[in-house]
Amino acid sequence: MKESSGMDLSKIIENGKAPENGGHPAEPIVLSTRIRLARNIDPYPFPGWAKSAQRCVLQEQLLESVASTEVMNNGIKLDLSNTDEFERLVLVERHLISRELGEAEDGAGVVFSSDQQLSVMINEEDHLRLQAVANGFNFHSTWQTVNALDTSLEDKLDYAYSTELGYLTACPTNLGTGMRASAMLHLPGLVIQDNIEKVIRMVNQLGMAVRGQFGEGSEATGSIFQISNQQTLGENEAEIIDRLRSILKAIIQQEENARLKILEEKPHKLFDKIGRAYGILKNGHLLSSEETMNLLSLMRLAVDLGMLPQDHRSEVDRLLVEMQPGHLQYFAQHSIEPDERDRQRACLIRNAYAKIPSLNFDLPTPGP
Amino acid sequence: MAKPEQCSNCSKPATIHLTQIINNQIHKVDLCEDCPHKKSVTDSEAFSLADFLLKPQMDSTREHSSCDHCGFTPADFKKTGRFGCPKCYDSFKGMLRPMLSGMHKGLEHAGKSPDQVIARCAARNELNTVRDALGQAIRDENYEEAAKLRDQLRQIEENAPANQD
Repeated sequence: MKESSGMDLSKIIENGKAPENGGHPAEPIVLSTRIRLARNIDPYPFPGWAKSAQRCVLQEQLLESVASTEVMNNGIKLDLSNTDEFERLVLVERHLISRELGEAEDGAGVVFSSDQQLSVMINEEDHLRLQAVANGFNFHSTWQTVNALDTSLEDKLDYAYSTELGYLTACPTNLGTGMRASAMLHLPGLVIQDNIEKVIRMVNQLGMAVRGQFGEGSEATGSIFQISNQQTLGENEAEIIDRLRSILKAIIQQEENARLKILEEKPHKLFDKIGRAYGILKNGHLLSSEETMNLLSLMRLAVDLGMLPQDHRSEVDRLLVEMQPGHLQYFAQHSIEPDERDRQRACLIRNAYAKIPSLNFDLPTPGP
Repeated sequence: MAKPEQCSNCSKPATIHLTQIINNQIHKVDLCEDCPHKKSVTDSEAFSLADFLLKPQMDSTREHSSCDHCGFTPADFKKTGRFGCPKCYDSFKGMLRPMLSGMHKGLEHAGKSPDQVIARCAARNELNTVRDALGQAIRDENYEEAAKLRDQLRQIEENAPANQD
């Protein structure tokens, strides 16, 4: 396991696969499932309150402890102060670190497994943020993966824990299990039907949070929403996951209904949207990051509806990640102005879509 | 409440009245025009009434001046919404309960416990207790007791889980 830098990252990107696959195929609607556990080491001050020197000492120790676990055997260990801006952006865009960690002044680190299914952020809001991700709707395997890593770290580290309050976290909103379970949902049907606000309100009232792709404060570009539990104390992990799972199932059902309704009531409007998006991706010469996400989102919908081959879904997922500013600049190995990025992005997308077959508009009529 | 409503965060007249429902419990807060901007809570989704509900509790717990372990104060918590160290949960116990009840499903942990950590801590505590008693016995020149404690100490050390430091 080598510290830093360019070479290691190119290895993960050149895999050519969409990240977050964790051995599962890409699915309609549910892009990925994620579970993170917040853990701290007793009695050290939390990263936000610790002095720089304290953070750095703990960082070194924690990088070592995490990297020496069996699951991280062929993984990558990074002291983020040894990485450049683009490398950090790539990690953010791949959800291996948060934006906050990418911007941290010192003491920040990350260890992730070679398949990028498991990652551990060091000195984010908490000393450790363990995270497991899988493609599709897979809470069971995601929990098993992250729980196993947590148990093996327990062997080496004195977690801050109280019998009454559970795992002690910097922010009391994470107290107890320290667990945030979430799913990334692709909900273009509900967005097109203008029903998304209603769904978000319902989900909020049930104690779950709805956010954009990059967590708190981020936009829901490409009709992609992250839905997660907000409460962490007073219920065990299985209960929290079960509650979230049943809410997610209800949302998936609503999205399926919305899609059927659109196909029944205004298929031409939808076909027009998808057709135009396809045309722009195939022929556009300037594509902003946001427009690209929105167009690719329609291509994912086209795959789900049978208008494009099923194997194009994971290609869409890969492009959703790799067409973001950090990846483009990382590939180019230098900073690129936004206008030039839009040109290069359009060029890469044109190349990718040159190989994609035509859209099939001849869909079976939806059942009664 | 005959008085005109005041901002829950400062003393200006309240012109914004927010209601949030968490776990079917209604939480209400009245704010002046400035406070939501000052607290950067203009985004209704990311905004939590907890920030505001917290204030009266913080004021009533002035007596917890700072955490003995890390020097963190309730004022720091008000600023950041985060604690300073794990021991802060003991230091500021008084203000914690009301805050947690508006935030979570329950007040007691019901999930996984780090059994290895607990066992290690228990062993360490036992070791320290016996060590202290041994020291005391030696100081008291109670050698019979000291010999007993020394044997006990050896036994604990032999049985202790690996990785003591």
